[in-house]
Amino acid sequence: MSELAVDVHGLVKRFGNKIAVNGVDIQLPSGQVWGFLGPNGSGKTTTIRMICGLLNIDAGEGQCLGYDISRHARDIRRLTGYMTQKFSFWNELSIRENLDFVARLYQLPQRRQRVDNTLEKLGLSQRQKQLAGELSGGWKQRLALAAVTMHQPKLLLLDEPTAGVDPQARRDFWDEIHHLSRAGLTVLVSTHYMDEAERCDRIVYLAHGNLITQGTVAQIIADAKLFTYKAHDDGVRFAIEKLKAQPAVAHAAYFGAALHVSGYEQAALLAAIQTVTSNISWQQVDPSLEDVFIALMNKAGNDQRAYQ
Amino acid sequence: MSSVSASFMASVARLLAIANKELIQMRRDRMTFAMMLGVPLMQLMLFGYAINTDPKHLPTAVITEEQSPVVRSILSALEHSDYYQLRYSLTDHAEGERLLAEGKVSFVVTIPSGFTHQLIKGERPQLLIEADASDPSASSNAVNRAQTMIDSALRHELKGGLAELSAQASPVELIVHRRYNPEGLTQYNIVPGLLGVIITMTMVMITGMAMTREVEQGTLENLLAMPAKPLEVMIGKICPYIAVGAVQTCIILLAAHYLFAVPFIGSMTLLISAVALFIVANLALGFTFSTIAKSQMQAMQLTFFFFLPSLLLSGFMFPFRGMPVWAQYLGEVLPLTHFLRIVRGVMLKGAQLNTVKFELLAITAFILVVGLVAVSRYKRTLD
Ligand SMILES: Nc1ncnc2c1ncn2[C@@H]1O[C@H](COP(=O)(O)OP(=O)(O)OP(=O)(O)O)[C@@H](O)[C@H]1O
Ligand SMILES: [Mg+2]
Repeated sequence: MSELAVDVHGLVKRFGNKIAVNGVDIQLPSGQVWGFLGPNGSGKTTTIRMICGLLNIDAGEGQCLGYDISRHARDIRRLTGYMTQKFSFWNELSIRENLDFVARLYQLPQRRQRVDNTLEKLGLSQRQKQLAGELSGGWKQRLALAAVTMHQPKLLLLDEPTAGVDPQARRDFWDEIHHLSRAGLTVLVSTHYMDEAERCDRIVYLAHGNLITQGTVAQIIADAKLFTYKAHDDGVRFAIEKLKAQPAVAHAAYFGAALHVSGYEQAALLAAIQTVTSNISWQQVDPSLEDVFIALMNKAGNDQRAYQ
Repeated sequence: MSSVSASFMASVARLLAIANKELIQMRRDRMTFAMMLGVPLMQLMLFGYAINTDPKHLPTAVITEEQSPVVRSILSALEHSDYYQLRYSLTDHAEGERLLAEGKVSFVVTIPSGFTHQLIKGERPQLLIEADASDPSASSNAVNRAQTMIDSALRHELKGGLAELSAQASPVELIVHRRYNPEGLTQYNIVPGLLGVIITMTMVMITGMAMTREVEQGTLENLLAMPAKPLEVMIGKICPYIAVGAVQTCIILLAAHYLFAVPFIGSMTLLISAVALFIVANLALGFTFSTIAKSQMQAMQLTFFFFLPSLLLSGFMFPFRGMPVWAQYLGEVLPLTHFLRIVRGVMLKGAQLNTVKFELLAITAFILVVGLVAVSRYKRTLD
């Protein structure tokens, strides 16, 4: 399927005189899973809300599932499942009552059956009478995902669905997303986790409301034209400030116990790290997605400062 | 045609889903639920019994311009009735005025000079009681009994040759000045009025909070992302509270009858219809407030902003016709003003539909205006 589930151009959203989203284009083909990344406050949530008609757009236009986003929000909502960043089901309602309420609003046929199945799949049949507000954070997220997919939407908009979820549950969550995607669902999911980004077909990266880059993980890494060196030695800990001060070093960041140092010009970078830490052995590695994002974030940050 | 009715059925189904959710939340929220039933009961007991009890030992100042056995016996009769407690004995009128104004005494009894002389000559001397009627219920029993007490005291005193004097209507002309509240409202006025006051307070507040709670907890975003139209949400959220209002009405009407013995001579059907209309008016207003307020706190403040004028300008606290004209105009805007006229008219005076039709129309107009504001302000987006 090559038609676009989301096709928006030049989306702009202002809050007062602050621009939250500044001309974002997204062309998301049906059936794909796209990751939406960017630092806090970069406009991910705002963009998602505009796509499903929860915020009026200030400029731009677009379609979602073939409906105009500013005029046919109701049709879009009927076919979309939107999982909010903050848990937004009703704490005073039990798990079952929440699901039942959603099923009633979407007027699903065989409601009882549907709710039963959903509870079964979630593994919450035993606890269905428990209040949603009493669930742990991770379970709330699972309940929310189940609730927003119950009406079998064509498009899933997930806003940081795995924040605060344990590693195993995160994997299960993503297995479920891929499972849904294989069944034809289109997914746009925002996240701060690199391993999750790597499981997406494509990535869209925002910073300060601007779309900085997009593409597959490999493309984005290649496009960044970054060189990265890695060292394990204990001595690097004392050298990190000096390394950062070098103009050729774009950034230095820890990955577990190892330090990664990245720059845009290989020769200058190598020269810099060898003068600062002559007795430490460095090893060139492929830049990881996170190296690239740190570099992008720094660049975007500089841009922002340059404008003011 | 069938698609229209199908979409109507769909609307009703969604509306019922929302109403059901609201009911569950209401049941789980113990505090609010307790408030919905507790507040009317508490107000009823506080207001109602404060009026209905027979307050005694009310502080009294006496201004006696002459001393005589007759005067002493009148005063001791007052004292022995237990209604009056003679605290001050004054000679100065200004002083009495001040005590009354400060609320230190409830009554100032004045026995003018020449009282005894006039009494013996059968000239029906005047005896003045000035009562603080700002809380009319507090003073009314004491005032009502005063004549009887004085008469029986005199009957005792004026034995023998003067007995014929006491055989007249009354040998003394009792003059009562009800200060601060010349109309002297009675409990019959207040208990039916409480029905309106309680409904106003709880209904406006609860709908206002129910909606802003969705905003505060972030569940509104979810509700908006699902297929429910504004009108469905509004009606769905309001419906459960109509039931709450109905329960409150029952409690108050039963209390009015069994606890306070308020007469009910009008049509129950008419009253119930008026109550239903009035409940809807207040719920619609609460919903409108929720479209203005950004938090539950603000909704609460708006409720009080509306509740206080309702209490003061509707004729519940002060006689409506006693207010300045501008205040009367303001009062006419409030649904409580019209409801009070209906409920008092129907319960106490047996008013018919024809008598209260304009009041009903006024409340209906209020609902339409407020409902329009609510629907036009209700946001389909998060902006
Ligand atoms: N309702 C609002 N009123 C005013 N400003 C807002 C509003 N919503 C978002 N913003 C601003 O818009 C910008 C983008 O916010 P948004 O929530 O879209 O970021 P985000 O990428 O989702 O961030 P995070 O990763 O922290 O969730 C932020 O600077 C935020 O302060
Ligand atoms: Mg966000």
